[in-house]
Amino acid sequence: MANPKAAFYWAASCGGCEIAVLELGKALVDVSKKVDIVFWPVALDFKYSDVESMPDKSIDVCFFNGAIQTSENEHMAKLLREKSKILIAFGACANGGGIPALANTTSKERIFTRVYKETPTTDNPQGVIPQTKVQVKEGELAIPEFYNTVRTLDQTVGVDYSVPGCPPVGEQVTAVMNDIVAGKLPPKGSVIGASDKSLCDECKRVKGDRKIKKIVRTYEIVPDTEKCLLDQGVICMGPATRGGCGAQCIDANMPCRGCYGAVPGVLDQGAKMLSALSSNFDAENEEEIEQIASGVTDPIGTFYRYNLARSMQRRKKARRV
Amino acid sequence: MESNFEPKIVGFLCKWCAYTGADLAGTSRIKYPPNVTPIRVMCSGRVDPVLVMKALSSGADGVLIAGCHPGDCHYTSGNVKTIRRFKLLQRMLDQFGIERDRVRLEWVSASEGERYAQVVENMTETLRTLGPLNWNGSKEG
Repeated sequence: MANPKAAFYWAASCGGCEIAVLELGKALVDVSKKVDIVFWPVALDFKYSDVESMPDKSIDVCFFNGAIQTSENEHMAKLLREKSKILIAFGACANGGGIPALANTTSKERIFTRVYKETPTTDNPQGVIPQTKVQVKEGELAIPEFYNTVRTLDQTVGVDYSVPGCPPVGEQVTAVMNDIVAGKLPPKGSVIGASDKSLCDECKRVKGDRKIKKIVRTYEIVPDTEKCLLDQGVICMGPATRGGCGAQCIDANMPCRGCYGAVPGVLDQGAKMLSALSSNFDAENEEEIEQIASGVTDPIGTFYRYNLARSMQRRKKARRV
Repeated sequence: MESNFEPKIVGFLCKWCAYTGADLAGTSRIKYPPNVTPIRVMCSGRVDPVLVMKALSSGADGVLIAGCHPGDCHYTSGNVKTIRRFKLLQRMLDQFGIERDRVRLEWVSASEGERYAQVVENMTETLRTLGPLNWNGSKEG
């Protein structure tokens, strides 16, 4: 039997998911003996036209990382969906929008104004803003359109499996790849390469009474390495986040930031975490509660850091004109 | 702006106080706007912020959470938990661009039918002025 064909692609992402694959090292070499990689822009020289010329469903499995922020991202998502038997949303951005989706707290207009006009290092006296098409003497140039709202992969095309994480951890990726090669995949729609329980479930720290008197940020204290971070007032997304990552951040004495997404059965990771955190505020009267709540300086960026596009609201409400 | 806009308000009312208060408003034949769709919950402390967000993203123009006055909670301190969640939720809704008047926390005892009617009337009036939320509509593009 011929080796299965695999493709890797990045849309709106940082490239970290690609590094997570490369980081597999020897395991990747072993896997690459059993699969043929037919498209992988980060490592191998293929053109989009190579993919376009492939017959439909000729790629056995496509690992797609990154959110959908531009028309190019969307085009490639649709193209790879057409060409692939199995499409995997790989990493936090493809699954929940990731960091790029924090753009949904503002608007395309604000982003362009900030980036192309206001940043101190910008020298743009004519106030040029990117256009999708421009006429130059050699002809017409086109660049992809930048969308106002960042979407997840499965809000754009049908997705067969999800591998969460920013980036997905190595052992989980190896396990997923081996399962694919062995043809041992769960029913479509499943989340693979992660646990079905919350991160708290696999965290070894000693959990106390969870009474939060003051929210502290990571730069303000050196947390005790044995005690639960929430008990120490540090916002740790553990209670609302899917486990399976091996609690690497926790081991480095940093709180969980929620990259593995919501625990199964939870509709909205951010609102759930807000609930879990605020219920433990150690105050009875409104002023004191307000005081503790004011310690959460950026609620959306904290509770929806990797999942704003996945949330029920997806974005900040558009201003009425 | 639409001239005949009638806001849709989802009301989470606690069984012991606010819902009974709303019942009293009805049995006392007090007239008040029909804009609130009441959902009876065992305690205002049951109102997970997820429910509020879900209501707002599914087409509600406002959400009313009503429970027992602080100190009167049937479960001793459920409504204190509600205050804690509500205070943080308000800060997050600010960031989402949702006006504070759209999500309200009110205390209505079982004997305060009159007060329930006033709260609903006041909130409906405020939301008529604010206009539709249409959060769903801003998702695309």
